[in-house]
Amino acid sequence: MATRITRTGRTAPSIPDFDPVLHQRVRLGIVSALAAGGRTTFNDLKAVLDLTDGNLSVHARKLEEAGYVACHKFFDGRTPRTEYSLTDAGRRALERYLDQMEALLGQVRGDG
Amino acid sequence: MRDRPALRRAAPPAPSDQAAQAHLRFIRETMARTAAFTAVPGWGGVAMGATALAAAALAHQQATVVGWMRVWTAEALVGFAVGAFFTVAKARRHRAPLLSGQGRKFLLGLLPALLAAVALTVAVYGYDVGATDEYFARQNPAATASLRLLPGLWLLLYGAGVAAAGMFSVRLVPMMGSAFLLMGALALLAPAAWGDAFMAAGFGGLQIAFGLLIARQHGG
Repeated sequence: MATRITRTGRTAPSIPDFDPVLHQRVRLGIVSALAAGGRTTFNDLKAVLDLTDGNLSVHARKLEEAGYVACHKFFDGRTPRTEYSLTDAGRRALERYLDQMEALLGQVRGDG
Repeated sequence: MRDRPALRRAAPPAPSDQAAQAHLRFIRETMARTAAFTAVPGWGGVAMGATALAAAALAHQQATVVGWMRVWTAEALVGFAVGAFFTVAKARRHRAPLLSGQGRKFLLGLLPALLAAVALTVAVYGYDVGATDEYFARQNPAATASLRLLPGLWLLLYGAGVAAAGMFSVRLVPMMGSAFLLMGALALLAPAAWGDAFMAAGFGGLQIAFGLLIARQHGG
């Protein structure tokens, strides 16, 4: 991360390279939920994050494409079920994102 | 204060400190909400219900209050152990942390009612015991305060605990708590001889029915 000098001469917090996949509220919510809840059903994720089916599907697909989330589809009797889990890459990405956020806050507070 | 990250496909702007705080708060709250949401073990409820049905059958055969109390005390311990085992197993299977913030809230919401149940059990049971450990109503156990009050009290207090703790969990959990409250109220109004039937219907039937629903809808 680099330090910037503003026009007023004050040192501004440096800009971390936020992961564009995670730096979005819905996707961040999905990854956070899976980090805490482990393997979680589609319906539970939808309820926890207050999302529509389509919204959750679209963002979960993007996380899948990034390799952050694994999708598990199976049949429970005749009922199709979908569950998601966080991959190791997803967990590392979330940790990196949290570190960047905390570093940013630390700089603003002057202890970084 | 902007608490939403901007919708940009690439090179997202760095958030301000307030936005960063909002991000972290959002992550914390989401994690806490999810952990409690998925922690309730449905199959554990089914197993607890099955042991309660067996206990009800066994308790109903007891001729004395002592034997009856022993059966239900043992069942309470077995039920607690079964519930704990399935909670841990579900958390491990889902690779979820066992006791996060909201998970603790669930436990802490349940505990006061359970402790109240223990205290009231001791108090009510004490009315049946004399100074020399003789039972006042040994010849007529159906008439004792224990048998008359305890099934209703246990169902009511368990229901109160589950309803309170369930505020942090899936909707089915507070619903189960309310069903236990109703069952407990009915048990207190019903004849004492029906106590074991109410215990079987509540700790057995309700627990199994809601356990199956939770297991099917919420991943085990």
